[in-house]
Amino acid sequence: MNQYDVAIVGAGPAGMAAAIESARAGLSTIVLDEQPEPGGQIYRAVEAADALRLEILGKDYARGRDLAAEFRSSGAVYLSGATVVNVNPDLEIFYSKAGILTSFSAGALIVATGAIERSTPLPGWTLPGVVTVGACQIMLKANGRVPDNAVLVGSGPLLWLFAAQMIAADMQPRAIVETVPRSRYIAALAKLALNGAAIGYLRKGLQMMRTVRRAGVPVYRDATSISIRGNERAETLCFESGGGHHELPVELVALHQGVVPNQQITRLLRCQHIWNERQRCFAPVLDSYGETSVPGIYVAGDGGGIGGALAAELQGRLAGLRIAEKAGKSIASDPAAIRGELRREATIRPFLETLYAPSSQILAPADDTVVCRCEELTAGQIRAAIDLGAPGPNQVKSFIRPGMGPCQGRMCGLTTTEIIAASKGETPSLVDYYRIRPPLKPLQLGQLAAFSGEKSDRDTIEGGARG
Amino acid sequence: MLKQIQGSSGENITFTFNGKPVRATATDSVASALLAAGEISVRKSPISGVARGPFCMMGACFECLVEVDGAFNSQACMLQVRQGMVVRSQPAGPDAPA
Amino acid sequence: MSRTADLVIVGGGIQACSTALHARMRGLSVIVIEKDTVARHASGVNAGGVRRMNRDYAELALSQRSMEIWNRIETLLDDDCGFQRAPQIKVAETEAQLDEMRARVADLNSMGYDHEVVLDQTQLRTLVPAVSPHLIGALASLDDGFALPYQTTFAFQRKARALGACFHEGLAVEAVRRQGADWQISCRGGETFTGRYLLNCTGAWAGRLARQLGENAPIEAVAPMMLVTARLPHFCNAVVGGPVGRPLSFKQMANGTVVIGGGRRGTPDPDTNVSEIRFEHLRLSAAAALAIFPIMAQATIVRSWSGLEGFTPDDLPILGRSSTAENAFYACGFSGHGFQLGPGVGEVMAELIATGSTSTPIEKMSIKRFN
Repeated sequence: MNQYDVAIVGAGPAGMAAAIESARAGLSTIVLDEQPEPGGQIYRAVEAADALRLEILGKDYARGRDLAAEFRSSGAVYLSGATVVNVNPDLEIFYSKAGILTSFSAGALIVATGAIERSTPLPGWTLPGVVTVGACQIMLKANGRVPDNAVLVGSGPLLWLFAAQMIAADMQPRAIVETVPRSRYIAALAKLALNGAAIGYLRKGLQMMRTVRRAGVPVYRDATSISIRGNERAETLCFESGGGHHELPVELVALHQGVVPNQQITRLLRCQHIWNERQRCFAPVLDSYGETSVPGIYVAGDGGGIGGALAAELQGRLAGLRIAEKAGKSIASDPAAIRGELRREATIRPFLETLYAPSSQILAPADDTVVCRCEELTAGQIRAAIDLGAPGPNQVKSFIRPGMGPCQGRMCGLTTTEIIAASKGETPSLVDYYRIRPPLKPLQLGQLAAFSGEKSDRDTIEGGARG
Repeated sequence: MLKQIQGSSGENITFTFNGKPVRATATDSVASALLAAGEISVRKSPISGVARGPFCMMGACFECLVEVDGAFNSQACMLQVRQGMVVRSQPAGPDAPA
Repeated sequence: MSRTADLVIVGGGIQACSTALHARMRGLSVIVIEKDTVARHASGVNAGGVRRMNRDYAELALSQRSMEIWNRIETLLDDDCGFQRAPQIKVAETEAQLDEMRARVADLNSMGYDHEVVLDQTQLRTLVPAVSPHLIGALASLDDGFALPYQTTFAFQRKARALGACFHEGLAVEAVRRQGADWQISCRGGETFTGRYLLNCTGAWAGRLARQLGENAPIEAVAPMMLVTARLPHFCNAVVGGPVGRPLSFKQMANGTVVIGGGRRGTPDPDTNVSEIRFEHLRLSAAAALAIFPIMAQATIVRSWSGLEGFTPDDLPILGRSSTAENAFYACGFSGHGFQLGPGVGEVMAELIATGSTSTPIEKMSIKRFN
């Protein structure tokens, strides 16, 4: 007996939209999210944002407010501060909230855990004072703070978006150091579709760049050989650009090379994944509704492949609708129309992905660059394990421990796969990825020991939601 | 390092980090408050002892691990500050009994 | 690479790699055929206990011989295998349990074994101060240890290969048949190999190859589960086994992480190489660890894992000659405690295969007991 028809992990745009559809269709729906409020990362802290913050962060962010409001009144049960630590193949879901481990079972699961930032292994990236651009944006959204001495380094729309947001907040980056090679602009232009939503996104992007230029932010282009130096903290950023060597004194360095699907849950559940060469990451294999290779398990949002916030909402709706339809409920929306909107949204992707492909420096880190931050393992050590004969990421993991620290491979997994692929002359698809096992996030032994071993009833769970 | 944006509530919460008082706003996470106070390193890596500090601010990197009110391995970026919180850099884990 | 060797070993875990090395050292040519990758299964993911303590009497001589090799493992393999000397202990909660331990030690002493002793409560608390105060003593083998299973098995493979053993990984054996005085081994995809001697080291799958030899090896595929924590400051230098009724294996590694086993079972599927964690059973391992080590309440579990192991009905391995077929041998069914035996099994099986007999008594583990 399932306690809920649908369980959704993640309360970002995909999770919220899915919950709205599924609850509206009359399915008992529960949403679990680690954060204290809905929004995921893209709409982080959107409910609490005042008028000034909404202005700084822009209209796209403000959309999250309406979505969150609709989500709150959808009738779905919402557990904030709940970390999912395991999902069994029969969709028994185990979560930890306020120090207590609880489980329940669901008829279907929608994984809406979004994306994480691609790791950017550079010399010195583990020094204190080095963060991600996403981290800076989270601090702006959730903590009302903006760095007063930050250099943004890397590539991707987020660099320009955050720089523009800083300027709207009466601040600006000390510099932008972009890693996009000149040749990519030509290659990307060839992929530019002038239909669908592409024009709108292109216009927005150009506007951000104009804002940054007008503010007088120094921009270094086609940066290579980047390293961060310092004694116990980031002090100097070194790189080549425009034919010259540069050394910028720094206080905070913010790195970014795009985002990649968070594959922890889909890997745990042994969904099939494929390697997306243009996005340079793994994504779960999905049908046109977002159902994975495992029946009853769906993915909506960036976790199924990077598409942005609006695509995430549309995919959430599709998954919610599909589950309702399969449960024999009548559905109000037309999946074909939603897919049409998704296609419109996706028209900008080939251009963006070509232009902002990850830099070769981070895909093939130098031997002495740390790749596994938790265990302090370098690219060279991983290569040495391969040379010794370890056949793949799981053996390298067993042998020298990358992926065995608290981050469970989130920071090093993709880089390890790239390094092994390059070393062995195999495709990343063949090399594949670390085997993912529970717990999905580190779990206190005492909590696991205290677990009753029995599923909880809805009263207990929903009592916890109100607490 | 990290300025408050206009209209923020002001730094009216105080907690301690390794015994030192740290001011924070009501919407700070422990990590954002520490970074704002210039405490960019919150722990030493258990491998080689090098200094490490917050990196991703979204709970994925596990660099910001601190002891909060006695609870080890707390992710500073996932916790909202509270008046009087006692935050400490942690050793690799719980101390052995005497 | 040649398709013919004196010895063809089917399976690529520690028993296979150890026998491959020792057979090479005795001058036999060796081919190892492994359907996945070396140490993919039990040999790569077990708890790593190097334990003589509390073994069935039938295994004592073999275990002792194996320990002698462990003591020189770095010289043998050019790899330290992460081997650490450490006491292996089994705690007691009741006087009755302690009495049984005393009786066992008396038996062992009379058989000429002195590696195990009984610790009283004071001695236990001195050795492992962090144990729960309700424990009243322990059985201990002070000179045992633990090592890293993947690293060890991989090291055996590398050394065997360096001495000329041929490894074929990703190749599944489908059929074996007699061809004159030899064995012909056919693999999926059509490759065939020829060997004078055949050794079945196929672990959880060993029953299938046994059937081809016309005999019964009643091996059940089991998926024991393990947990590991984040690093903790050192508080435990012994490998601790739980008391009767509270299955637990508990060790703190050199790097401070704590590995917790105890045999709680996940869901095995040998046909798909899947060993599924049963999370709701894992809590029993956590509860046992907490009962023995209250300090662990705040330790964070970073990972769990499982693997496919072969268990026999009496928990003793199947070792030695085939009961039906000439020049066919077995080293399988180690029922969750084969890691420490690996070095010794290799030496004994190489001796048996090369010379026709072994000085170490292994008859009690013969496949004859099931046929």
